[in-house]
Amino acid sequence: MSKLTLNDLTKIRKQTQGINTNPNITRLMICGGTGCHATGSIKVKQALVEEIEKKGLSDTVKIVETGCNGFCALGPLLVVQPEGIFYVKLKSEDIPELIQEQIINNTPVKRLLFKDPATKKRIAKQDDISFFAHQMPRALRNKGQIDPEKIDDYIARDGYIAIVKVLKEMKPDDIIKEMTTSSLRGRGGAGFPTGMKWDFARKSEGETKYVLCNADEGDPGAFMDRSILEADPHCVLEGMTIAAKAINANKGYIYCRTEYQLAIKRLKIAIKQAKEYGLLGKNILNTGFDFDIDIYQGAGAFVCGEETALMRSIEGKRGMPRPRPPFPAHKGLWEKPSILNNVETFSNVPQIMIKGGDWYASVGTEKSKGTKVFALSGDVNNIGLVEVPMGTTLRSLVFDIGGGIAKKRKFKAVQLGGPSGGSVPEHLLDTPVGYEEIAKIGAIMGSGGAIVMDDKTCMVDMARFFMDFIQDESCGKCTPCREGTLRMLQILEKICEGKGEPRDIKDLEELSHVIHQSALCGLGQTAANPVLSALKYFRNEFDAHVIDKRCPAKRCIAMLKFEIDPDLCKKCGLCFKSCPADAITWKKKEVALIDKEKCIKCMSCFDKCQFDAIF
Amino acid sequence: MKNNKSITINGNQFSFRPEDTILEVAQRNGIFIPTLCHLKGTTPTGACRVCMVEVKGARSLVASCAAPAMDGMDVQTESSDVIRSRKLTISLLLSSGHHDCLLCPATGDCVLQQLAYRYKVSGTQFEASNARYPLENVNPFIIRDFSKCVLCGRCVQACNDIQVNNAIDLGYRGSAAKVVTAGDRSLKDSDCVFCGECIQACPVGALYPKDALNKPRYGETQKIRTTCSYCGVGCQMHLHVKDNLVQKVTGVDTAPNNGSLCVKGRFGYDFIASKDRLTTPLIRKKGKFCDASWDEALTLVAKKFTQIQKKHGSDSIGVLTSARITNEDNYIAQKFTRAILKTNNIDHCARL
Ligand SMILES: Cc1cc2nc3c(=O)[nH]c(=O)nc-3n(C[C@H](O)[C@H](O)[C@H](O)COP(=O)(O)O)c2cc1C
Ligand code: SF4
Ligand code: SF4
Ligand code: SF4
Ligand code: FES
Repeated sequence: MSKLTLNDLTKIRKQTQGINTNPNITRLMICGGTGCHATGSIKVKQALVEEIEKKGLSDTVKIVETGCNGFCALGPLLVVQPEGIFYVKLKSEDIPELIQEQIINNTPVKRLLFKDPATKKRIAKQDDISFFAHQMPRALRNKGQIDPEKIDDYIARDGYIAIVKVLKEMKPDDIIKEMTTSSLRGRGGAGFPTGMKWDFARKSEGETKYVLCNADEGDPGAFMDRSILEADPHCVLEGMTIAAKAINANKGYIYCRTEYQLAIKRLKIAIKQAKEYGLLGKNILNTGFDFDIDIYQGAGAFVCGEETALMRSIEGKRGMPRPRPPFPAHKGLWEKPSILNNVETFSNVPQIMIKGGDWYASVGTEKSKGTKVFALSGDVNNIGLVEVPMGTTLRSLVFDIGGGIAKKRKFKAVQLGGPSGGSVPEHLLDTPVGYEEIAKIGAIMGSGGAIVMDDKTCMVDMARFFMDFIQDESCGKCTPCREGTLRMLQILEKICEGKGEPRDIKDLEELSHVIHQSALCGLGQTAANPVLSALKYFRNEFDAHVIDKRCPAKRCIAMLKFEIDPDLCKKCGLCFKSCPADAITWKKKEVALIDKEKCIKCMSCFDKCQFDAIF
Repeated sequence: MKNNKSITINGNQFSFRPEDTILEVAQRNGIFIPTLCHLKGTTPTGACRVCMVEVKGARSLVASCAAPAMDGMDVQTESSDVIRSRKLTISLLLSSGHHDCLLCPATGDCVLQQLAYRYKVSGTQFEASNARYPLENVNPFIIRDFSKCVLCGRCVQACNDIQVNNAIDLGYRGSAAKVVTAGDRSLKDSDCVFCGECIQACPVGALYPKDALNKPRYGETQKIRTTCSYCGVGCQMHLHVKDNLVQKVTGVDTAPNNGSLCVKGRFGYDFIASKDRLTTPLIRKKGKFCDASWDEALTLVAKKFTQIQKKHGSDSIGVLTSARITNEDNYIAQKFTRAILKTNNIDHCARL
């Protein structure tokens, strides 16, 4: 391949669009995200290839392996385009029938369609499913639409138009102005205005500058950035190149956790293709502008997502935060002016350049504009990746898109911002998605992890879980975080073991306050948030543990009796069937009984009992 | 307005230099802010969080050792929030290991002990953590007692930023953090050259000379300033002396060494009181060394030199001097060789 001119780019766009939007060609978009790979989409794709071949349909049916579609819990997923028919949980055995009915007879295979958990009805079209209907894909606009390993697919969807515009028509000032107008704020968690960040770095003096992309994504339950990289790697490269032009940098790094092998593979392919086309590297599109990107694989430490630690890690040093100032805009990577942005932040940039900052800012709340990607997980019906306009209520996120709570349980809380965030209780679910709005209720927007918890979740145990994570992931450098979170963890463990004392709650509050006030980096400063919000909204659960020695959610093993309440037991025997240790005796129409000698406290029966009869 | 930049600390205004931190302005003006991890001459790491101060308008407390002084800053060094944080931080450190001062070689000279006393923190708020790593004493010079380490990182700074030996760094995470060599091996199997800079930097009793446990502690010795006799650099050192015996050597923070010493200067002092040490000139008589006076010895040497010179000529004599004497002594030696012995055969071992 030779370097492209503007004409070539336009030609490729037209050509590929011609194929990709040809109504006579059916495109089978098989999801190739990590989630669907894990559930077997590679085999399904193989079966599709064979079946299409066998039936001689190769001319009119194309198979496209896309990045993550978003509805990960139902994989392997397949979308039949242009009709938009949505198939879930496919197996390779289903494929002959699917091709026969869907492609040849043009009638969807009902049993393989999505079943609405509320209405129990099968829904054929992706757009009619409420999980998708309430979304507004911007950062994820190409998800499921393109083959991420084909640059032409990206170009066909207006890819690299922004680069042409930026390099040929815009000055750094114009770029930053557009970013400022868009009001885009950093999607990595803190929500710092991106235009302002770039402006600092642009004004910072220095011949060598760096553009860095944060793909460390260390929050438990978060997979937004991974999905973007897997589904649409070029948009991140393009966003970084635009940033480079804005601050006049010639070198960029993507700091990606090494566990994200598929993302890394696709990024590598994307970088190679972009270079071959002359859209990256020396003299981009003959404009005299040079910009190159390397991938740096991090070993997967949460703290390496913190900006100063991330830069030390790229420098080959121990990934440990250092005091700011100096800020990265002045002294970043190798002490040179640098900007660091999150994957999702960069992925929004090309569209802003094409459609304008005003377009981007046209949705959202007063201070939070545009859209936000969330990774919905936990006890919600529709687990997956979603993108909603700022201002969408959390209720809509959990109930309309998430489809409500699984297994007919009740909603208890949604944890936003992972180990740095807080849990939002039912009565605050009408809070709109937005940085200030969510901070006001004691959580943080964070990078988009949203873990939904049902009424079987013990909030003390949840707080303990996150504190355990923090203790493992603290870099150990500063006293309040290293020693303080250890003490908090010990106290929470003690409470979960039924040994809590009233003084412990006070100590937790005092430790939280001081750690927040005095820790060196964001990890420590926010480490107490899950505990504080749990104490604020679920104080009664703490009191139940500490004073009554009771775990209301029946999660804390030390406080469970492993007995069955004869009044609540409906004699169904589910517990009996679930016990791996044969510790339960039960006969039809009789109350079940647990033999404590044999019981191994595995909790299977608790999970199985529909009537909460075991305590 | 450029020259009128000022910062307010505890209600008083002070001017400052462009590169000053809050701590430096405070120290210059006699305002006490406690520090633990701060090590002069190195980039602040902001690790211990003992030096936190309150800055009006800041989101949280600010580490004064790392924060640049800025125009219009309004700083409180002992506000209630500062004290609240400082006390808890000290309390956390005291319970982070075995801080049993009675049996610690650093007692009296320990920053943590001083902090606990000043801020009246008993260290009983939390149960003391068990020692996570065993004490290391497998080299001839340094004992590493991890149960007393407060992970301030000063030793790491001393080793990497001052001595540039890069033998140690922080390893592991969370409360499992530890100062480690490459591969967490013992010092003797690492790049360590046993300069002991880390011992001197350690604010507590986590690093100490091998023999310290059997020696007098701080307060029992007298400090005597002297110049190191090992080489011509002229490092300034304190001999810590008790009963006319050197018990320990530390570097003095002044030119030329600014507090540093090398392995010989710091640890190589046992010769001073060695029984094998020569205390008087010896003259070999009938194959046996016999005590002599300086006059006797010098007269004999002068006589022999003159004889050799007469019989074999000046160039039959050569002089070799040593780096263990001063530049001035070396100068005199070459002068003596050329002017008195009348030969150019003068050389220097130029090593130790
Ligand atoms: C402990 C810690 C972990 C972080 N992890 C990430 C991460 O995984 N990904 C990310 O984009 N930002 C992370 N951040 C935020 C980054 O430090 C930084 O603010 C962000 O990458 C800036 O990009 P943005 O302005 O586009 O959000 C983390 C911050 C802290 C304190
Ligand atoms: S707050 Fe925690 S992660 Fe951050 S520097 Fe301190 S010890 Fe390290
Ligand atoms: S003795 Fe010197 S070289 Fe060895 S660890 Fe200490 S400072 Fe480093
Ligand atoms: S050994 Fe001493 S100087 Fe080194 S980190 Fe521990 S307490 Fe600090
Ligand atoms: S002296 Fe400032 S943080 Fe330790």
